[in-house]
Amino acid sequence: MTERFGSVSELRSALDAEQTSSRELIERSLQRASGVGERLSVFVDLQNDQAVAAADAADARRAAGETRSPLDGIPLVIKDNIVQQGERAGCASRILEGYVSPFDSTVVAKLRAAGAVVIGRANMDEFAMGSSTENSAYGPSRNPWDLERSPGGSSGGSTAAVAADIVPLALGSDTGGSIRQPAAFCGVVGMKPTYGRVSRYGLVAFASSLDQIGPLGRSAADCATLLDVISGHDPKDSTSLPEPALTTASALTGDVSGLTIGLPREYFETEGADPALLEKVRVAAGMLEAQGAKLVEVDLPHARYAVAAYYLIATAEASSNLARFDGVRYGRRAEGAANLKELYERTRSEGFGAEVKRRILLGTYVLSAGYYEAYYRKAQKIRTLLRQDFDAAFAGCDVLLTPTTPETAFRLGDKTEDPLTMYLSDIYTVSANLAGLPGVSLPCGLVEGLPVGLQVLGRPMEDAAVLRVADAYQRLTDHHLARPEDLA
Amino acid sequence: MSRIAPEDAKRVAELARLRLDDAELPAMTAHLERILEYVDLLMEVETDGIEPTAHAIPLATPTRSDEPAGEFTPEQAVANAPDADGTAFCVPKVLDDEAAS
Repeated sequence: MTERFGSVSELRSALDAEQTSSRELIERSLQRASGVGERLSVFVDLQNDQAVAAADAADARRAAGETRSPLDGIPLVIKDNIVQQGERAGCASRILEGYVSPFDSTVVAKLRAAGAVVIGRANMDEFAMGSSTENSAYGPSRNPWDLERSPGGSSGGSTAAVAADIVPLALGSDTGGSIRQPAAFCGVVGMKPTYGRVSRYGLVAFASSLDQIGPLGRSAADCATLLDVISGHDPKDSTSLPEPALTTASALTGDVSGLTIGLPREYFETEGADPALLEKVRVAAGMLEAQGAKLVEVDLPHARYAVAAYYLIATAEASSNLARFDGVRYGRRAEGAANLKELYERTRSEGFGAEVKRRILLGTYVLSAGYYEAYYRKAQKIRTLLRQDFDAAFAGCDVLLTPTTPETAFRLGDKTEDPLTMYLSDIYTVSANLAGLPGVSLPCGLVEGLPVGLQVLGRPMEDAAVLRVADAYQRLTDHHLARPEDLA
Repeated sequence: MSRIAPEDAKRVAELARLRLDDAELPAMTAHLERILEYVDLLMEVETDGIEPTAHAIPLATPTRSDEPAGEFTPEQAVANAPDADGTAFCVPKVLDDEAAS
């Protein structure tokens, strides 16, 4: 067993050849989780005993020739907003302290059925609201490439766990870029599937029309393997698409010849974007062109309005979704309230952090009488225009290639005083959520020693196409193999 | 068009069942003001005649047969309650003494 995790297919081969055991993989993960993981503040909870027992069960299945799936016996972490029966699920919030889920989310049920081993729950921005993991009630996670910098957010814990070689795979959730932006900051692959491809049952809702669970891993191939296991129609989620589970792993042929790749003009003219990052994207596009892809420039004329529309829609939905946290049915309750209204107010004021309060207030404001038409309705119309932009762009190309972020990982504390500058770090990612598109971020090199993310966006339902392009690029380059100095 | 005063922020907080103390109120009001100023850039887009999109993927509301489907037992449902009595959630009095008499 090497010191660092290989790809999922390598791990599987090593397990099949009895060069290692699931018990060994899980113990290594747990050891790193309590060492490096602690320095990075990656976890809110470790599930040592359950993980070791699940690993032993996977080893017994393998010995009996009854291996369940390509993920059988493989360790992974899940974000603290995805529930597991009998385990705490706190969304990194004080208001859910002590909450133990009475049921499994559909993704966790599918992972259990596949034999995958959850070793712990990852730190995150409270209720997935943030782009730095600094809004966690447990304190910020750190970027394995530079401990003074943010791993991104809100899936910062899940992402840093993969980047620091604690686990080969993780689950995050992406409402406006919360998988892709941290993947870019930490030099790993992260994917937001087409909305509705992965069940949201058991994902604590932030903004229901935008949230989507997705995979994080070292490579597009590893993400495809995980995505195929967790995808598929779920009758428990009324927004789940009536389609069978994906088979993206089989679509990774490495062939991009005949594919047309669009470069959105507006994304390369964004004010404040680091030119060094844009150049990396152009170089990557050139490499794919050399493999037979055709490059075209496309227009997304409403791109500059995406962040504003996103924050109006996301906060409006959040203010409604977070109304359920009232101190009555679960979580924490403020002491000594004289009546019900006071109980609600005190519980919520003590339990929610500043960013969550800010978004609830903004959402309540834009939904209130007199402002609904001007803000919320207007944002929904802009959403229509953004979708139309993508439809027009995809009429002339198969996928879009863009930067994932306008800059590399920023320093912890740099953006906490001004929420708007934090929101703008999602400028290249939010549109995919508004339009429901699949998107993947993958590493395409380093700038001043920090990873740069390359984003591939595709038409709705064409999850396999974006992974195929990402995989083809990874066959040509070794950026995904670059690792931070070992922190052990 | 958006100008939000501290009293507006306080009113919205009450609607959202949040309390902003005197220390929080100025900073929160300033943040909301700054975000609303930014989103005002949407006003430059002509949207007359554009249909709003509530959801990225158009899906009809799914239905299922009208049969009871067991999820939680009453005991499971109250297991996470901060205050429960048997299978009931306990809350402070909703009516004051005068109204109740």
